Amino acid sequence: MPTPLFILFVLIMLGSALVVVLHRNPVASAMALVCCFISLAALFIGLNAYFLGIIQILVYAGAVMVLFLFIIMLLDINREEEEAIFFKKKNSFIAGCLIAVALIAQIAGVCMSYKPGKERAPKLTLREAAYMRGVEVPVPSANRELFKGRLPDVKLIGEQLFTRYNFHLQIIATLLLVSAIGVVTLSKKYPQRRVTENQNPNNPVNPEGDSTVNGAKEGQL
Amino acid sequence: MISLNSYLLASGILFAIGCAGVLTRRNIIVIFMCLEMMLAAASLSLVAFSRYHLSEQGLPNYDGQIFVFFIITVAAAEVAVGLAIIVALYRTRQTISIDKLQSMKG
Repeated sequence: MPTPLFILFVLIMLGSALVVVLHRNPVASAMALVCCFISLAALFIGLNAYFLGIIQILVYAGAVMVLFLFIIMLLDINREEEEAIFFKKKNSFIAGCLIAVALIAQIAGVCMSYKPGKERAPKLTLREAAYMRGVEVPVPSANRELFKGRLPDVKLIGEQLFTRYNFHLQIIATLLLVSAIGVVTLSKKYPQRRVTENQNPNNPVNPEGDSTVNGAKEGQL
Repeated sequence: MISLNSYLLASGILFAIGCAGVLTRRNIIVIFMCLEMMLAAASLSLVAFSRYHLSEQGLPNYDGQIFVFFIITVAAAEVAVGLAIIVALYRTRQTISIDKLQSMKG
């Protein structure tokens, strides 16, 4: 039997996810997605993943969703047009719902048929872990907190990240750099109009160049 | 108590809702939001696996959590690039409905 907090946060998460899909105003969808991500972060914290819960709120609900809202307001979307199209395409609506229902049915079938021996999450043995980690570890201060019965989540993740996953971390850093450069390149305004109009010989746009050409011709004449 | 199945079921339902949103919505920004939701659903199941499959020391298996950390990083980069593409698209076509964005020619 799941605990009340789990049920509460799962219901908030799934309800706001439905609002994201069904609401016609993109701003309301974005706010519902923020709600969905915050309750997802609560589920993370319930799973003893404190660092990821905080990161989920900071990065997803904070940075990413603000970016979404900014773009929605920048583009100034026409809502009525969207509404009409949403209802006109009955076939794609039915097909999308069918695929989602089939997916849920399959997952539910697998979850119902598989019965593990233990229902509850295995207990964390923090003090034993402090002894088993030993002294020769990259982050020895994590052992002290483990010994006090606290889970030093950030320290343990950082230890793994900078030892075992160091190469992956550098690849991710390169990816972020490349995406930052890509965003700058994509959103840069290229002077397309001047190029096209200069290529058109019948309609010269540069009056100064034109006058100099004419002046030169007159001078020659 | 909460079993692993409950978490996986919640994650699967969230993924299915996101998938339905991607397939049914016409607004490209909402489609993008639903994609983010599907990524988040996958990370919920990864975190649940990391908690329910302990390492030898009795701590959560941090491989899953580091995977989620990388997913969040990649998703942030993806959102930045994707929204820049959407803005560039809107600048040339003046629309973000996928019914009107059917050709790849610029």
